Amino acid sequence: MRKKPAKPASQEPNSLDVVDRRHALKYLGIGAIGAVPLMASARLMDGLVRDVVKGSQTDVQAADPGPATTKSGRIRQWSMIIDLKNCDGCQSQGTPPQCTTACIEGHLAPQPMEWIEVYEAELAAGGTQFIPTPCQQCENPPCVKVCPVGATFPTPEGTVLIDQERCIGCRICMAACPYDRRFFNWGTPPIPPEAALADYDADVQVPASRGTVMKCDFCPDMVRDGTLPFCVQACPNDAIWYGDLEEDIATNGRTIVKASKLMAENSAYRLKEHLGTKPRVYYLPGHGESVGRDARDEGRIPTEWPWIERAEGAATWTR
Amino acid sequence: MDTLTIWRERLISKTTKPTLHTTYRYWIWLSFLILIVGNGAYQYSKQWRYGLVVTDMRDRISWGLYITAFVFFIGISHAGTLISAILRASKASWRAPVTRIAEFITAVALLVGASFVLIDMGRPERIFNVYLFGRWQSPIMWDVMAITTYLTASIIYLYAPMIPDLALFRDRLSDKVGRFRRYIYETLAIDWIGTPKQLRLLGKAISIMMLIIIPIAVSVHTVVSWIFSMTLRSGWNSSIFGVLFVAGAIFSGVATLILVMAVLRRIYHWEEYLTQKHFLYLGYLLAAFGAFMVYVNINEYLTEGFKLEEAGEFAFRQLFIEDFAFMFWFYIIGGLLGPVVLMLVPKTRTITGVVIAAVLVDVAMFLERYFIVVTGLRVPLMPYEPASYMPTFVEWSIFVAGLAFFLLLITVAIKIFPMFAVWEMTEEHELAISRMSTTDQDTAESVTQGHTIGHDAPRQPDRSQGGAP
Repeated sequence: MRKKPAKPASQEPNSLDVVDRRHALKYLGIGAIGAVPLMASARLMDGLVRDVVKGSQTDVQAADPGPATTKSGRIRQWSMIIDLKNCDGCQSQGTPPQCTTACIEGHLAPQPMEWIEVYEAELAAGGTQFIPTPCQQCENPPCVKVCPVGATFPTPEGTVLIDQERCIGCRICMAACPYDRRFFNWGTPPIPPEAALADYDADVQVPASRGTVMKCDFCPDMVRDGTLPFCVQACPNDAIWYGDLEEDIATNGRTIVKASKLMAENSAYRLKEHLGTKPRVYYLPGHGESVGRDARDEGRIPTEWPWIERAEGAATWTR
Repeated sequence: MDTLTIWRERLISKTTKPTLHTTYRYWIWLSFLILIVGNGAYQYSKQWRYGLVVTDMRDRISWGLYITAFVFFIGISHAGTLISAILRASKASWRAPVTRIAEFITAVALLVGASFVLIDMGRPERIFNVYLFGRWQSPIMWDVMAITTYLTASIIYLYAPMIPDLALFRDRLSDKVGRFRRYIYETLAIDWIGTPKQLRLLGKAISIMMLIIIPIAVSVHTVVSWIFSMTLRSGWNSSIFGVLFVAGAIFSGVATLILVMAVLRRIYHWEEYLTQKHFLYLGYLLAAFGAFMVYVNINEYLTEGFKLEEAGEFAFRQLFIEDFAFMFWFYIIGGLLGPVVLMLVPKTRTITGVVIAAVLVDVAMFLERYFIVVTGLRVPLMPYEPASYMPTFVEWSIFVAGLAFFLLLITVAIKIFPMFAVWEMTEEHELAISRMSTTDQDTAESVTQGHTIGHDAPRQPDRSQGGAP
């Protein structure tokens, strides 16, 4: 069952937005008196009901497509394998990293958010390597554990999404994320005007709204429609593989391989394995050598947000 | 008994003095506070309009002065619990004149502290989501539960022992005060006339609340520390955080109590009741907690600093020798060792010395809260340059407004509520007199124990003049 924001989930806060003073007082009263029992019982009941009617679609909108499945009906387990041997941070292109650029254009991600950010890390024995870093989509996600309102939640496909219509902006998930992969809309998000026309959905996070947290969502809508995430499509060196651990398959848009074989043969590792977060993003070690990069060529072109002059009235900020 | 009645009448007149007499200086002070709170409200309106972009918090250091203020004020709120509940439970007779003030500080500091959570939120208008969708697995939720429980409990604990005094005010002041205050006294005194049954029930209620409130208070600041230590951050990854926070909370609470007491004593000439002895005893508490805090800090930083893991090294460096070294060493030397030294040296064992220690402690504890929040977030998680954070004018304005609001609430409360537990102080005084007469031929030890403040002061008025020039 897909744990997308159910109808009441997205409507309650909106109706609260417009309460008049008398109602506000009433709510305050209810909140003060019934705070603890109300909260505990609601969530407990919710959990119980969900356990009892497991698999039924009670709290899911009719239009919800449900999780992506294999032909035999098993739920896909999305993952990403990033081949660092092939990543030169787009140095040879003379452009900003194309994965980041495509992600920004595809998701209309507000400046200065780089949902997939290409870090340049020092190698132990000199030189640097580029590490494209999307949300690690942990199976044991620290961010989900700490969220007080369940605004960030795991999906059946093993990814983690954010419901920006529920997020209260407390930012404890940002403190909890050990990969620095969460971004906050500190002001009115600098986005192009056309983004405002979109119907909001946690799968796409458009339009962004002030005071809420955002991050890489692994493009669930795109892969459901049979295309690959923006970053995978855009990588000029085919360094990013997207795949399904359930069917043990991965593709970089050019070839299709057996994911476990690719990872085993290339000594795949995960970031900060010792934390026990069990990321769904794997890395194949390297520093861009197979596309001709010298480890001592440092620096990359900084990321740009192409629409920034059209985002009128928005205050921009830096990371 | 006649001397007792005289003593009591004098105490009543001293207690009702702020309620009956208001000087022009009070109004100046009040308007000054309102002005600062007003500026804070105006600055917050900017934040409401433009979002948290008006602060200097950003993705990497995503909590700052507001969360610092939250931790600091919730910490201060532990004044009432310690002084009032723990000393009441341990039957320390000298506590009677300071409990009410301590309990007021608790309630007021909690209100201010809790509002900083709202101020820090990106979407404060969605606060009810916490009740609609609350997940009790979240440390934030633990905080919501602990703090609302503590606020409720501490208001009850403030109110219950105040009932006899409110009844006293009702009886004595009804024709001297306006309709508003008369209404308050009549309503809140809930028909108290001091029958034995009422006294018994009240005693029972106070005993129950006193025992309940101690674990609640301990849980509150432990849970506050867990907001930090439940994350995978090097500087916060500590099992002793709960202890550090609770001890620090009581520490700063006692310091704040000392400061409020010193100011009230000066303004309302309460030297007779808030004597040097009170300040010294509180000063000793401060020194004891200072020493304990040193011990906890050694535990915290030696275990990190000895091993120096990669991120741990960064966290350690920035505190001990780099950007935050000044704050850190001021905290350790001035804030923790300072009060110990001040209380050890006989020359500084005066009211002035205690007040200086209290100022040091409050400043140091604010800095501690600040560097714990900021340095924990500053440790880079990925290969990037460490971020920087400097609170903006908006943040400072709102923080100062929080401080002013804290003082404002106390300032207003002084004009309405009895700041001394008259009935308890009278009881203690009576007890002391009877104990004095029965133990005349007893050992010197029991005489010293029998010396309560109330009895002590009139006989030796010179003792109270130590810090009041």
